[in-house]
Amino acid sequence: MTMTSISTTGMTASTTVTRAASALTAKTPLLAGDKPTRPWTFYALAAFFAAYVLFLYGPMLCMYLLSFQGEQGALSFPMRGLSVHWFHQLWQGSTGDIAGAVSRSLPLALLVMVITVVFSVAAGLGFRRNVKGSSAIFYAVIISLTAPGYILGIGIGLMFSIFGWQTNWYTSALGAQLSWTLPFGVLITFAVFGRFNVAFEEAARDLGASPAQTLRMVVLPILAPGIIAIALFGFTLSYDEFARTLQTTGPTNTMPIEIWSMTQNVTSPTIYALGTVTTAISFLFIGAAILSVVIIQQRRLALSSAQ
Amino acid sequence: MSHQTHDPAQAATLDPITAFTPMASAANGDNAGALRAPRGEVVLAGLSKRFADGPSAVDNIDLRIEPGTYCCLLGPSGCGKTTMLRMIAGHESPSGGAILLDGKNVIDRSPRERGTAMMFQNYALFPHLSVRDNVAFSLRVRGVDKKERLREADRVIEQVQMSALASRLPGQLSGGQQQRVALARAIVMRPTVLLLDEPLSALDEFLRLQMRGELRGMQRELGITFIHVTHTQLEAIAVADQVVVMDRGRIAQSASPRDIYALPRNEYVAAFIGGQNVLHGRVAAVDAHSCTLQGANGASYLLPRASTPVHVGQELSFAVRRDRMSVTGEQEPQALAANTLRARVRELEYQGIYMKVTLATDDPAAPGCVVYVEENTFFKDPVSVGQRVRCHWSADEAHGLAEMA
Repeated sequence: MTMTSISTTGMTASTTVTRAASALTAKTPLLAGDKPTRPWTFYALAAFFAAYVLFLYGPMLCMYLLSFQGEQGALSFPMRGLSVHWFHQLWQGSTGDIAGAVSRSLPLALLVMVITVVFSVAAGLGFRRNVKGSSAIFYAVIISLTAPGYILGIGIGLMFSIFGWQTNWYTSALGAQLSWTLPFGVLITFAVFGRFNVAFEEAARDLGASPAQTLRMVVLPILAPGIIAIALFGFTLSYDEFARTLQTTGPTNTMPIEIWSMTQNVTSPTIYALGTVTTAISFLFIGAAILSVVIIQQRRLALSSAQ
Repeated sequence: MSHQTHDPAQAATLDPITAFTPMASAANGDNAGALRAPRGEVVLAGLSKRFADGPSAVDNIDLRIEPGTYCCLLGPSGCGKTTMLRMIAGHESPSGGAILLDGKNVIDRSPRERGTAMMFQNYALFPHLSVRDNVAFSLRVRGVDKKERLREADRVIEQVQMSALASRLPGQLSGGQQQRVALARAIVMRPTVLLLDEPLSALDEFLRLQMRGELRGMQRELGITFIHVTHTQLEAIAVADQVVVMDRGRIAQSASPRDIYALPRNEYVAAFIGGQNVLHGRVAAVDAHSCTLQGANGASYLLPRASTPVHVGQELSFAVRRDRMSVTGEQEPQALAANTLRARVRELEYQGIYMKVTLATDDPAAPGCVVYVEENTFFKDPVSVGQRVRCHWSADEAHGLAEMA
């Protein structure tokens, strides 16, 4: 409403001022009359967007709601009261090894995150020099994104059994997940570095900085937001990776595998409680990342203005 | 200043050895305005740069830049001026030749060891650091303690009148302010040579005029050598003590701005700087003081005799300044005097202090000819578009051009 009133007054003002201005506003149909005529494509796209929102947030909201189902409640609506009973059940570990799964998924995700960041950024720095055969290497890395994850997982499991090695979340599953996160990390790094002006590095060199100082004081700080994005991607891609991990996680499960196996035999809202908790963990991580970016920027400003 | 200045590039071409010997007092007694003892002599000897693909970017250049002067490298894009600057700065390694700063060959040395500082084209201010931290950066990497480096940075920031904005980030500054910060960041290192890569190209017209004055003032104040790369003729002429006009990796002419403008050495310089009309003719007669050229359609031109020998039958080109020609309406019948072109007025453009008269001449070798007629003179006896006119100049305004290499 506010928007409309502002634009209407804007239009009356402009029509009284000059003919040119009124001609300009007349070209924008939304401002022209009381009944905006929208093309049918608007409604088609709006319907598509509504469906998108429904499919994305509908199940999530249902799940969050149902996780607070009353003690007598079932896996589906209606709600029979409100309680944290199912969270309690979850905590007691009566339904599955949730705590164990988290204690593996979290360090695995952190490990994947660190390795992805270090090697993606290093690759991004390296690829800026036009070395012979660099595009061949690039495509060799990227092609992994097109490989079907589940098949790749089976292959890795097979390879481990051929060599007589035990599959484990910190060996085979780590490798399988990196085959997914590294190409992603490299792609993001390329996008981030593509916008990085080499003049910054030349300026640093001109001002007497060593290559190490240039990297530490200029390149990494400027790229920090992009690097945090890579870290977030690495973490979340690993934290909910399923296809590649299923055949490679070995005797103990990661979180998504544990949830999947729970759906096979658990028939209580505990599973929703688990969904709510894991989503909360993801949000906490993303929130922490955003907060750290904000804090870094504010501290920089505060430091410089405090002399 | 009207005398033909000593041209170091030419001297060096004749004998590369002389480029290495200090020519301190003789040639450069007149670098005006430096308040301190001038520093930062730059000598390039046989400097070349070839990139893997294509011809030489910089082709065997010899050049001497006097200490404590303002030098402009001028040329169209791709002429090698920026490559030359980057080689002096130490950001590009030459394929051959030597770079001497105050007598020492600095090839293989880092920018800091050279004592040069560079101001990058779009300033390359670090976006994550405040103005103060940007300026203090070179002191920080050298390990100067925080208190000291911030004090020093603040001193230089005051010098460029940016104290009020010292805590801002570069993104919060206007183009002109960013340029001042870039200047402060460069001069805090106390360089002997400051290299400026198109320093004014990112600014709008008004700021460009203001900032070029500030650059010139700063150069006088510091007494160090400024080398400024530009493709704008008037910018170079306005600020420089020495203008080096470049063409495809070579020096076309190196001289004072006045000589570059009034006495271009060849057709390329005359055409690039503008302000001149280039005409051609065949030598018909030579006497002690002048030679007579035969132009197209019965035109004849008188040229003051140059130092170089000429012989009858030789093709010569010469230049006449646009503001030294006159245009009068043609009255039939009229004999064609020497130094006169027959033409038709193609375009009139009022420029305030003068009228720009574009002519279509009858000479097919030089069909376009532009004359700047002073405003009062023009309106006393105006000509109109389409009118037949005669364009005349006095013999001593003609200036012979060297043949192009």
